[in-house]
Amino acid sequence: MDYSQFLVMKQEIGLLIVFLIVFLCDTFMSRRSQGAIGIISCIFFAAFTILGFIPPILNPGDAFSGMYNSAPVVINIKNILNVGVLIVMIQALRWADKDMVRVRRGEFYELLLVTLFGMYLMISARHFLLFVIGLETASLPLAAMVAFDKHRYESREAAVKYILTAVFSSAIFMMGLSFVYALAGTLYFDGIAMALWIDGVNVLLAVALAFVIAGIGFKLSLVPFHLWTADVYQGAPTPVTSYLSVISKGAAAFAFLVILWEVFGEAYPQIWEWMLYGLIILTITIGNLFAIRQKNMKRFLAFSSISQAGYIMLGIIAFNGMGLAALLFYILVYIFSNLAAFGVIGAIENASGKVWMDDYNGLYKTNPRLAFTMMLAMFSLAGIPPFAGFFSKFFIFTSAINQGSIAIYILVLIALINTIISLYYYLLVVKAMFIKQDECVIAPFKSACSERFALWICVAGILALGVVSCVYNHFLDISVA
Amino acid sequence: MLFCNPLIYFVVIPLVMLACLALCRNIKQIRAVAVVGSLALTALSIWLLCDYLAQRAAGVDAPMLFTGSWSWFGPLNINLAVGVDGISIAMLILSSIILLTGSFASWKIEPHTKDFFLWLILLSTGVFGFFISIDLFTMFMFYEVALIPMYLLIGVWGSGNKNYSAMKLTLMLMGGSAFLMLGLIGIYYHSAPAGQTLTWNLLEIAQNASIERGWQYFLFPMTFVGFGVLGAMFPFHTWSPDGHASAPTAVSMLHAGVLMKLGGYGCFRVAIYLMPEAAQELAWIFLILTGVSVVYGAFSACVQTDLKYINAYSSVSHCGLVLFAILMLNTTAMTGAIMQMLSHGLMTALFFALIGMIYGRTHTRDIRLMGGLMKIMPFLAVCYVIAGFASLGLPGLSGFVAEMTIFVGSFEQSDFFHRAFTIVACCSIVITAVYILRVVGKLLLGAVQDEHHLQLTDATWWERTSTVTLILSVAAIGCFPNFFADLIRFTFSPAIFAALGMN
Repeated sequence: MDYSQFLVMKQEIGLLIVFLIVFLCDTFMSRRSQGAIGIISCIFFAAFTILGFIPPILNPGDAFSGMYNSAPVVINIKNILNVGVLIVMIQALRWADKDMVRVRRGEFYELLLVTLFGMYLMISARHFLLFVIGLETASLPLAAMVAFDKHRYESREAAVKYILTAVFSSAIFMMGLSFVYALAGTLYFDGIAMALWIDGVNVLLAVALAFVIAGIGFKLSLVPFHLWTADVYQGAPTPVTSYLSVISKGAAAFAFLVILWEVFGEAYPQIWEWMLYGLIILTITIGNLFAIRQKNMKRFLAFSSISQAGYIMLGIIAFNGMGLAALLFYILVYIFSNLAAFGVIGAIENASGKVWMDDYNGLYKTNPRLAFTMMLAMFSLAGIPPFAGFFSKFFIFTSAINQGSIAIYILVLIALINTIISLYYYLLVVKAMFIKQDECVIAPFKSACSERFALWICVAGILALGVVSCVYNHFLDISVA
Repeated sequence: MLFCNPLIYFVVIPLVMLACLALCRNIKQIRAVAVVGSLALTALSIWLLCDYLAQRAAGVDAPMLFTGSWSWFGPLNINLAVGVDGISIAMLILSSIILLTGSFASWKIEPHTKDFFLWLILLSTGVFGFFISIDLFTMFMFYEVALIPMYLLIGVWGSGNKNYSAMKLTLMLMGGSAFLMLGLIGIYYHSAPAGQTLTWNLLEIAQNASIERGWQYFLFPMTFVGFGVLGAMFPFHTWSPDGHASAPTAVSMLHAGVLMKLGGYGCFRVAIYLMPEAAQELAWIFLILTGVSVVYGAFSACVQTDLKYINAYSSVSHCGLVLFAILMLNTTAMTGAIMQMLSHGLMTALFFALIGMIYGRTHTRDIRLMGGLMKIMPFLAVCYVIAGFASLGLPGLSGFVAEMTIFVGSFEQSDFFHRAFTIVACCSIVITAVYILRVVGKLLLGAVQDEHHLQLTDATWWERTSTVTLILSVAAIGCFPNFFADLIRFTFSPAIFAALGMN
């Protein structure tokens, strides 16, 4: 065996090293100095993230006879996820210092890194076996993280819901895989694609695809596989919710794209294009309509993230390099915007324990900076220029329309009309904070240093990512190539 | 280079103003920044006007001057492309004057003075950026930048049923821009013949003229309705009365005076300019709709009792006339449309400024509760009369020139349909006279309704500055219409409009 193959996996190895450092520190550090464990994790992970951006260190390539792949696009999506995870880690510092969590905070960071490792495998896998290992590694520890506030009833309930859904969706997914195996006789992505190219499209393939899409649809919380989302998001501790809503979703979306394009590309026009049409329309519309009525901020963002997943799918339906670039850019922008929103929610929850939208009335009067950040996040999520969300939405629509049929115009029109609905509920938050200034529920408070730092990163991202064009141009360069 | 182009400064100056405002400590500094900045913008636009005319006189006949283009999202062919012609310059002058007078009109705005000006300047950044852009993407981006601050401006500083109005206005305008976005992306994908590089640049798209007829039928309504919502086209005008009535003075001024012009300008610049064939085929549908706006807006204004509602419905009527004239697709009517934009912009800003000043004193806008203001505050009352005369088209003021040109141009269309609609639209002048004179008679000349009003004072110096500037501008258009007509005429040069079959 050629051991130099492992050198292609530098990102996984680096992550493993960070994990080991955190694990060893957690195990062997004295009880008194354990307060530093969060900061240690953040520092090492930050170093790891920064190393990922230095071009000569990472080399693209295949390993293990094509089971593992690390193309430039893959390296980039991992870097994007790293940035998001880093922000989540920093945001979690204050929460991890709370009484009930303090003794177990090392575990939180370890579990976080393990799930990220699973997502890496999902993204890089070019063989379904490796993919399933990644999927499970990413899902099961997340259930433990959801249950982290174990003294709270909702947290426990959410964990049960999450693990049952995860197992159920894996089962469905593997059912689909078995059909695929029956058709192609192999689990290598390119082998399956080759077999489909030779055999053409048939009914069994359609059934298999339906199962595969449903399986990943659960992870992405596409409608009608979304029913777990709101409860889990509401019950989980806020840092875990933000992790679930951006990182987990981003990784799943990218893996979904790889599977549909590379494995089932042959079946695009006959089968999954139409499946996705339906899923996108349902996801965006239902996500939006339910978000309107939510009063709990975390539940509200859960439904908002469901509809955002629908927009991400538009990049997949584009089925070209522009779509891939738009999807990467959308995920990146979505990470910054959503984490800014969760950062504010987390800061307020830590300071006052309040999570209802009515509690945000008059926030601008008492905590103007937090209110302002929240407003930027909402505007970015709604796609208002000059914030990054506008650009990501515009690019994803542009890439989808590239396909040119009237059907895609209608789909994009439906998506666009939905942005108006989404604007309505995002403005409800802005209205609570800025316009309803008669009553101020939350007293002025000073948020922790770590929270402010994480929010500054998010705000910088929201303001700069769109206007500074080099990020998107870079994504387009690597994905068209 | 980017900063050698004078047009860029229309965006740079507001951005600098935003930065300065963020640093301001007290209200005096805030006022200074607002006034100095908008004076600089006015000076820049007037300089631009002179330079533009000089270049035209020297025989430069490019469709746009001061053009520049800098790559932004290179792989998608998105550029930061700027350029102006006579129409854009007219709009730039209008915007800067209204921003200047708006700053004076909100001299005493409360609370959160700084935030108010921040949002107001952000809004005007969008407006100026829109008028200088010739790249569809940047144009659209600035368009949306101009829309969203309205929500907070109305929601926080507005009056009356402000929550409802702010939400309605934002959602309806954003709804329009959803259609617009689809239309613009569609235009992009048909912007060049197969095999050539696609482009977002207006001039190049017009030159390529490669949008097939079938697609034009789809994209023209998208863009026209998209911009038409902001131009208060029936039946998408309902945001306008509520929005204007609830907005604070300066925002009403800027919104009715400038923002609604974005709609007319966009309809002309994007929908008709790029898709002339569809424009000719489908104009009749929109002519009916705009004809309805003109008459319906005027009738609605007659029955209102709130001063702002009266003026808002009158804006619907007058802005309807702009779209109406654009759709006539001939040079005279379009010249009239542009003059109507200028005229209505200044006139309605003057109205809203005066209404704001009256409301600030009497604390009511209901005409049934006020009377005899001519005796109490003669300066404001006289200004109101002048604005009213401009609105109903008295010769010597701007309204007459604009409406005259529009109706003459419309009547040039020789078929029955166009002439019938022209006659119907002409009736709106009479109806305008009804609602203007009703207010003047009741509010200014009637008996004093409320004893307390007798103690009220007349205009302060900043209010006088604001109104006098606007009145002078209105009179300037009315007395020297040829100057403005010449400025605009170059745009309708034969080369560009050959495709439209315009005479």
